[in-house]
Amino acid sequence: MRFLPKSDAERRQMLEALGLESVEELFAQIPPELRLGRPLALEPGRSEFEVLEFMRACGRQNKTGLPCFLGAGAYYHYRPVVVETLASRGEFLTAYTPYQAEISQGLLTAIFEFQTMICQLTGMDVANASMYDGSTAMAEAALMARRITGREHVVVAASVHPEYREVLRTYAHNQAIRIREAPYDPESGAVNVRAAASLLDDNTAALIIQSPNFFGVVEPLGELAEAAHAAGALLIHAFSEAVSLGLLAPCEQADIVAGELQSFALPPSYGGPYAGVIATREIRPPAARQAGWPDHGHARQSRLLPDAGHARATHPARKSHLEHLHEPGAGGADGDHLHAAYGKQGLRELAEQNLAKAHYLAARLPLRFRGPFFNEFVVRCEAQPPEAINRALAGRNIIGGLPLARFYPELSDCMLLCVTEMIRREDMDRLAEVFQPGGAA
Amino acid sequence: MTGKARSHIVQDEPLVFEISAPGKRGCQLPPLDVPAVDAAEVLGAANVRREIEGFPELSEVEVVRHFTRLSTWNYAIDLGMYPLGSCTMKYNPRANEAAASVEGLLWAHPYQPEETVQGCLEIMARLERALAEITGMDAVSLQPAAGAHGELTGILLIRALLASRGNPRRKILIPDSAHGTNPATAAIAGYEVENIRSNERGMIDIEAFPSLVTEDVAALMITNPNTLGVFEVNIARIAEILHSKGALLYMDGANMNALVGITRPGDAGVDVLHLNLHKTFSTPHGGGGPGSGPVAVKKELEPFLPKPRLKQVNGQWRWDYDRPQSIGRVRAFYGNFGVLVRALAYIMACGPEGLRAATVDAVLNSNYVRKKLEPYYDLPHKEPSMHECVFSDRRQARHGVRTMDIAKRLIDYGFHPYTVAFPLIVPGALMIEPTESESLRELDLFIEAMIAIAREAEENPELVRTAPHTTRTSRVDEVTAARKPILRWRPER
Repeated sequence: MRFLPKSDAERRQMLEALGLESVEELFAQIPPELRLGRPLALEPGRSEFEVLEFMRACGRQNKTGLPCFLGAGAYYHYRPVVVETLASRGEFLTAYTPYQAEISQGLLTAIFEFQTMICQLTGMDVANASMYDGSTAMAEAALMARRITGREHVVVAASVHPEYREVLRTYAHNQAIRIREAPYDPESGAVNVRAAASLLDDNTAALIIQSPNFFGVVEPLGELAEAAHAAGALLIHAFSEAVSLGLLAPCEQADIVAGELQSFALPPSYGGPYAGVIATREIRPPAARQAGWPDHGHARQSRLLPDAGHARATHPARKSHLEHLHEPGAGGADGDHLHAAYGKQGLRELAEQNLAKAHYLAARLPLRFRGPFFNEFVVRCEAQPPEAINRALAGRNIIGGLPLARFYPELSDCMLLCVTEMIRREDMDRLAEVFQPGGAA
Repeated sequence: MTGKARSHIVQDEPLVFEISAPGKRGCQLPPLDVPAVDAAEVLGAANVRREIEGFPELSEVEVVRHFTRLSTWNYAIDLGMYPLGSCTMKYNPRANEAAASVEGLLWAHPYQPEETVQGCLEIMARLERALAEITGMDAVSLQPAAGAHGELTGILLIRALLASRGNPRRKILIPDSAHGTNPATAAIAGYEVENIRSNERGMIDIEAFPSLVTEDVAALMITNPNTLGVFEVNIARIAEILHSKGALLYMDGANMNALVGITRPGDAGVDVLHLNLHKTFSTPHGGGGPGSGPVAVKKELEPFLPKPRLKQVNGQWRWDYDRPQSIGRVRAFYGNFGVLVRALAYIMACGPEGLRAATVDAVLNSNYVRKKLEPYYDLPHKEPSMHECVFSDRRQARHGVRTMDIAKRLIDYGFHPYTVAFPLIVPGALMIEPTESESLRELDLFIEAMIAIAREAEENPELVRTAPHTTRTSRVDEVTAARKPILRWRPER
């Protein structure tokens, strides 16, 4: 076995040192009736060549490498080569959670920079070093709001990613958290502020808004924050398309920002691994791990992890705390590389290209909503049902949009389209043709 | 000093913000092929930010040097033994990375029509089958994103099953040797936690156990081998007792590296367990993520697994959303797919013989370290060790040297420390898990270092207490950092 660094002679030498005859004696304490007594029923071990051949064959069974207009929480953005180069360095890739600060300074420094950049992007004071993904970050933000306010319930906009809302329900289910949904305005596609405000009461911990929302529409976060605060609740700003942060103004009144950073250098990878993040105002410690500097004389030489995560993993305040240990998601370092690679101007231009391209295509299609949008928008499929349009697009080697019937029955004649910098003008023109009467034929 | 490490020049590097200068850039986009739009016009002026204040501006070469320099300040598996107990820091085969980077997998979108992602679904289906076979369970969900997430999912499943029988019950039993995440999991699933004491052998006291399993008990969360590295020999009996009272047995599979190919939790009566693909199945820890924490269950729990579930229809894989008894989603999409690819690549490379051989070597290494260090360090529990062994600092403490001091001194010898001061049932614990990835030479260097430190603790305890001496930074003040943290950079005014 090529991963095992011992010769048989060395194994015998070690057994001898242990006073054992055979390796089977190492397992003598396992009751015989529990021992497997047969090889596992798996295919025989294969060479590296064969394993990679299998994986490549699986890759070929997928339809990828085509212009793709899917977004909805997973985005096709260009991944600069240096990101992969740096993220795959063994010193980052094969290190554990930085328990030992003195030999983890590289990772801790990268995380510290990452946290700072998240603060700069979101307008918050502190950020943590990544949650599992955007959906779990949003659910954790809701639990955090409950602890901060001492209130029980949350109101979530119906325009929040439907799968994020499902995760929130799973997390809330056993904690007596009631979730009410604030409807979206059928004209604008944004949350109806008055309807949302009417759902808030003196036991509401938070109002959760995604912006840009699932339909791509930019929500009136300021007004919604005022409504939340008037009721004594927090405003949680969730996001799934991080590139929008390069252009959209952060909401100054938000109390917690929770989102998904997949757009920063992580490939779609069939839905994971991604990287969630929580940022907030001073004094409200987000769940999971953070890197920080001790505030004393030689701060510059030593940085470490105050490490809520470590404290919880090894010294749990048993019974008392409701906070759940979160191992970080796909890694601050990865996102950090991209922020740094694109930089201030690059990220702005990236966002502007997304905006321009999305508006180019949107101008050629029947939009369902009037609200301002970033790089995603909902279109009505007038001539053909969404599935038929997608089939026609597949025939032209284009992966179309997301039919919305599954999540919003009232939008069964609509699909959600996303346009990033990866989409070329001619592909948009080809897509728009299919939407014309008779175009899907 | 022994032969593993010596000091050499390390590059200094400021923070990324401190090397930033206006106008520099590390990335160039293709020219925009559509008309530019006025952001303020289409989004509303109030929605558009002026700039990202303080955001760094660097050239590409500076980005590469910055992170490469930072990387040299880190210890990693690729540099040597990383004997963190219960963390299973084994070698991460690079072929796994190549597998996960296959373009057709990397760029598959989670909302592509199922007929266009059959390759992804085939990989997930194969991994589900392999993990079920390895654990002796009936069904597997790959959705949970990490070990603790898998734990939470598992306990939610138990709650859902019991609730469907009319009463979710109130309590979860957790041994005092359990991983710290276990009580947190139980609490977030809405359960009270009752700690149960280990007996003098470090195991669950099978005589006292039946009386603990009242009508209120939903499940026992057991770790096997437990955090002392000891196999719970009564596990089958424990399962029987729980089942006879209508309760279930949850197993934390964090220590599965001791069992693969030798014994299967499912055959011992375990109802639910989670696995850590980033431990047992060699996917990289990445400095803390991403992981993956699949949950394996017995048949009766299958209807409650997170949705969607894979099913085969006319020879094609499909997602089944029609799962009325499901606990719901625990995350968006289907799981950490890229991690799943790596784990399957590992299982395929090893095969049944390789997986078993890895277990054997892991247990051999741990016993070898134990045997060689026993003359120098206190071994509080004498039961046979599986994949890890736990010493205490009792002998060194007489000289004022504690487990953290020994750990920090180990850094000077070129090793990552063991797990410090855990499990809690061993005061001053040194928890050592070498894994199968260490050669005899690396193990001997480690043993030599540990023996040298034991001698230093007697002859020059101050040297150990003030370690490490050869790192970029001296021992950091964790207390101050936790009390007065600085969590972000801000420009000097």
